Amino acid sequence: MKIIYRDQEWELDGRRRVRDVIKEVGLVPQTVLAIRDGKLLTEDVMLDKDDEIKLIAVISGG
Amino acid sequence: MKCRKCDRPAVFNMRQHKLALCEVHYPEWFVAQAERAIEKYHMFGPDERVLVAVSGGKDSLALWDVLLKLGYRADGLYIDLGIDDGTGYSAASREKVEQFAARRTKARFTVVDVKAEYGETLPEVARRVRRGRGKPCSVCGLIKRHVMNRVTRDGGYDALATGHNLDDEVAVLFGNVLHWQTGYIARQAPVLPASDEGLARKVKPFCRLYEREMAAYTLITGIDYIYDECPYAVGATSLRHKGVLNRMEEESPGTKLQFYLSFLRARKAWFFCEQAEAVELHPCTNCGQATSVPGLCAFCRLWERV
Repeated sequence: MKIIYRDQEWELDGRRRVRDVIKEVGLVPQTVLAIRDGKLLTEDVMLDKDDEIKLIAVISGG
Repeated sequence: MKCRKCDRPAVFNMRQHKLALCEVHYPEWFVAQAERAIEKYHMFGPDERVLVAVSGGKDSLALWDVLLKLGYRADGLYIDLGIDDGTGYSAASREKVEQFAARRTKARFTVVDVKAEYGETLPEVARRVRRGRGKPCSVCGLIKRHVMNRVTRDGGYDALATGHNLDDEVAVLFGNVLHWQTGYIARQAPVLPASDEGLARKVKPFCRLYEREMAAYTLITGIDYIYDECPYAVGATSLRHKGVLNRMEEESPGTKLQFYLSFLRARKAWFFCEQAEAVELHPCTNCGQATSVPGLCAFCRLWERV
C-alpha cells in the first residue's frame, strides 16, 4: 500500500490497520486523519496492499 | 466500527468521548457542541451581530460555516497581512475565504489590507521594528488584535468570534503554566467581556472541540481551507507544546480536555482573580483603543516612522 503525508511517501507490504500504519511511518495517530478515495477512515479499518492512503495533518497555528 | 447513532460505518472516532459517528451524524454532533458552548458560556444571543475573524484556515472557516448554519448573523473579517516571501501565503488564504463566501448567500465579509491602510505589509513592518526581529509573529498578533477590535466596534458588532480550538487553548495554557504567567492565565477564557475602555467582547465557540475534530468536520463537510502552515509558524513554541500534549493524549485519551475543563473550574472558583483585576487600561492618544500604558498604544507605535 502507498501512504502519502505532505511531500513524503511510503510503500508498505501486506494488510494493516490504519492505526498501525500511522505509527509505522513514525507519526502520532492523534495528529493525523487517514483518507482513502476521499473518505475519512477510523483507526480500526483494515487496509489492503493495493490501497492508497493520504494522511492529513490536523495541527495548525503558530 | 459502527456509528453510535445508526448502522452506517463510522468515519470518525473520538477516543476521549468513546464516541464513533458516521458522516451524517458527526457534523450534526459537531454543530450541536458549538451551539452548546455558545449557550453555556453566554457568548452571544440569536439577535446579536457577530464578526468572525477568518484566515482561510480550517478553524475559522468551520466556525463561520457553523454560525451560519445555526442562523446567526455572522459576517467575516479577513485581514490581508501581505505574507508572500515566495509562498504567496496571504493571496492563497484570501482565495479560500472568497471561495467559501461565494458558495454561501449569507456569507458577507470585509477585507482589511494592512499595506493599503497602514503603508507596509506585516513582513515589512516586522523587519523595521525591534518587536519583529527574528520572527514577525508578535507583530502579527498585535496587528490582528487591533484591527479585529476596530472593525468589531466600528461595524457595530456585538461580539468578535475566533476559531480557537481546544488544542490552541490548551497549548497557550500549558505555556503560561510552565512560566507561571498568572496574569495571562487569568485572562484566558471562552468569553472576554467588552470593557468600558473600548475592548470588544471576544468569544471562542470551539474552545472545547479538539483540533482533530475541526479537521474532520471540514473534510466531511467539504470545506476547502488552506492546508499549509503560515511560513513563519515553523518552529513556533505553541506547535511544540501541541506536540507534547498530543503525545500525552495518545497515551491517555481525554488529557487535553480535562486539563482545560479543570482550569475553567479553577478560574470559576476565582483562583486567579487578583491577577485579573490588576490590569489598568487607558485610551491610546492616537486611535483611542485601550492600552495598558498611557500614551500611544503598541499598534500606533509600530507606524510612527512610516
